[in-house]
Amino acid sequence: MAERIVGIDLGTTNSLVGFMQGAEPVIIPGEDGVNLVPSVVAVTPQGISIGNAARATLLASPADAVYSAKRLMGRDLTDVQDELKFFPFQLADDLKPGEVLRLKLGGREFTPPEISALVLQQLKKNAERFFGGPVTKAVVTVPAYFNDAQRQATKDAGRIAGLEIVRLVNEPTAAALAYGLNKKRDGLIAVYDFGGGTFDISILKLHEGIFEVIATNGDTHLGGDDIDNLLIAIALDDIAGDMQVDLRGNGEVLQALRKNVIEAKIALSANETAQLDVRLPDGRKYLREITRAQFEQLAAPVIARTAAPCRQALKDSQLAPEQIDEVVLVGGSTRIPAVRALVDEIFSLSARGRKPHTELNPDEVVALGAAVQADILAGGSAATEELLLLDITPLSLGIEALGGVVAKIIPRNSTIPASATEHFTTGVDGQTNVAIHVVQGERELASDCRSLARFDLKNIPPMTAGIPRIEVKFLIDANGILHVSAREQRSGQVAEIEVKPTYGLTDEQVETMILASFDYAEQDLANRQVIEARNEAETIIAAVEKGAAHPAWQQLTPEEFDQIADAREHLDEVKKGTDYKAIRAAIDALDRATRRFAELMMDSAVSSAIKGQTMQAAGDGLGVAPTAPHAFAPAEFEKEEKK
Amino acid sequence: MTDSNYFAVFSLPRKLVLDTAALEKTYYAQSRKLHPDRFAATSVAEQEAALAEASRLNDAYRTLKEPIARTEYLLTLEGVQLEEQSKRATDAARASGAEKKQITPPDLLEEVFELNMQLEEMRMNRKMGEDDPQLAKDLASAKANFEGMLAATQTELEALWAKWDAGVDADDTTAKDSAKEKMVALLNKRSYVRNLVRDVNEVLEQE
Repeated sequence: MAERIVGIDLGTTNSLVGFMQGAEPVIIPGEDGVNLVPSVVAVTPQGISIGNAARATLLASPADAVYSAKRLMGRDLTDVQDELKFFPFQLADDLKPGEVLRLKLGGREFTPPEISALVLQQLKKNAERFFGGPVTKAVVTVPAYFNDAQRQATKDAGRIAGLEIVRLVNEPTAAALAYGLNKKRDGLIAVYDFGGGTFDISILKLHEGIFEVIATNGDTHLGGDDIDNLLIAIALDDIAGDMQVDLRGNGEVLQALRKNVIEAKIALSANETAQLDVRLPDGRKYLREITRAQFEQLAAPVIARTAAPCRQALKDSQLAPEQIDEVVLVGGSTRIPAVRALVDEIFSLSARGRKPHTELNPDEVVALGAAVQADILAGGSAATEELLLLDITPLSLGIEALGGVVAKIIPRNSTIPASATEHFTTGVDGQTNVAIHVVQGERELASDCRSLARFDLKNIPPMTAGIPRIEVKFLIDANGILHVSAREQRSGQVAEIEVKPTYGLTDEQVETMILASFDYAEQDLANRQVIEARNEAETIIAAVEKGAAHPAWQQLTPEEFDQIADAREHLDEVKKGTDYKAIRAAIDALDRATRRFAELMMDSAVSSAIKGQTMQAAGDGLGVAPTAPHAFAPAEFEKEEKK
Repeated sequence: MTDSNYFAVFSLPRKLVLDTAALEKTYYAQSRKLHPDRFAATSVAEQEAALAEASRLNDAYRTLKEPIARTEYLLTLEGVQLEEQSKRATDAARASGAEKKQITPPDLLEEVFELNMQLEEMRMNRKMGEDDPQLAKDLASAKANFEGMLAATQTELEALWAKWDAGVDADDTTAKDSAKEKMVALLNKRSYVRNLVRDVNEVLEQE
């Protein structure tokens, strides 16, 4: 049996985990049976909740929850000014440009990789629950256009979550894998991936199981979120104008509005009109009808921004749109009819009698592809043994030369792993240090590109200026992450490199975060057990109340009535406290006290004569579902893992 | 393997006429053997070795499949320092504070002189908010002319490849050197013309 590696789509809006079941990739649902785990994290005095459980907090007390944190990965204060206008991110007050961002949440501070780690941990638990065993390795997808810092931040999130990310795969490439698995057809395909927060376009050449990415382009800050923000801005304007109340700073109204606007957006993909309907804090209601035509006019500038990357990718691959055999649509935003119309136009699809591929659920296809890649890496199945992914780096790698211009050393769209060797020398006699600035991007000037890191070549043997010959090797690995090594050739000495990543966490910081998350985890576990026990207590009390209306109730003896009443009262009292063991004991007591009633009820049922049922099972019969809270899958925090 | 050149990675002689379809086939076959995905379950040392080999393979393929990159790479192997020349020109320009100038290929002197005049006039017009449709037309046709030249360099280059390859086969140093010199001149001209086209595009795109 090959090693167990899962595939994870760590999305801006939703995240999923999948694995290869035989020859087919499948999604692992959460305990609530739902495949999508919203990428929402809430921190309240009761603990940390993730996914659907956190969404409730997002609506009730928005300041305690965070979503779309993927937009903040690998970025600093100066990068995110635009985001801050629309996203209620509560940044720490003492942040400085160049630092890893910290978000205030429930009285604590979290970096974006830690937020992502919590989402990853939830997916890990879902998978562990499903397999009934530990899951320690994963393939995780990232937008193809993610830069080095954003990729590094994603890898850090994995480490914090206790998950070894064996490979980062570009999202559109993963989608191509999911689609290409069973179609052993060769040809050129374009993957148009328009998600919640990012846009990617990739062009691939398929040849006998080899998926060779030829060109990729995109925008890591363009997605459905941007359309939502436009709609929200208009609604707020409306409210300010017509209703004379400015709600721009009101987090709760903003969240309610966001939820409303997203629902309207989704409805408009199928219907011609949709309603906005939001209750304002003063009790009045904001009502507005939006037609699809209005929506499309509004969203047009956002959608149109996907066209230029598509044309650039075609140009880079030296292909005409008509040469593209298949177009695959990925991401929730591709459900919008206007988006489909644009794709049709760019690749002249209907003119050629073709249709884009939408057979696989656009929300799930990336995770399915990640599962396929995981299987390739595990090397354990006949379904994938012929498959090989040759991916590329989306951005050119360069070094800052004299005068601030960039000397490109690895061009964009180079197949990874890729490397380049550069030689440096000294400018002054006896100089023992050389500073190198590495950047990523397409612009001429280093100041217009993304700064990746500054390297100091140290301990160069003192020589006449221009004599030392320092060979520096830059290597972009299969994850799209940069590695650097250096050697002084005249002396043969390995030059010491001190790397200062411009953005990102140091190894030490990641280490402390791993520990911190375990500390929190214990506290969170305790909190969660209390919440679960309380929920269960309420369920059983509700079932007892409802049971009193049942004819079988009248068959109980006065002693039994007393026992039930006592047990109920006791549970009512105990569940106010925080001792989950006491709550559990009280639940069991009430359950025992009502056992005969449950049996009577069962007996009275016409077709059912199953004995030995408990109140909880009886509750099912009464239509009161004993809903288990699904905030987390049952968690086991293995202390041994703590290093 | 790390000491071998890109031609050797594909077991090819140092020749320039290349069957790119065959190159791709070999590349895919080698990728199946060397890609890091194939080494996910091996030791760290094996993974690192595979990473080095796979990146070398990719670097070699990226360079050899593109005609210009292949030619430049071969010239570098033959001791021509194309990059150095350009770097030196950049540094010299910086030191003197002057704009970096490339030497105008002699056969282009007249056309370049006229083009620069037109570009200057166009920029002035832009500044003054004036419109000169005839000038825009002239620039567009100049651009087409230079683009034609770019396309022609490809044919010229292929002729020189054949000369180089013949020199290699005959082990004729004189023939090789002559082909080498002509290729250097042609690549310089090409990069010069490409910059011209870029300049014209910049001016035209401001409309």
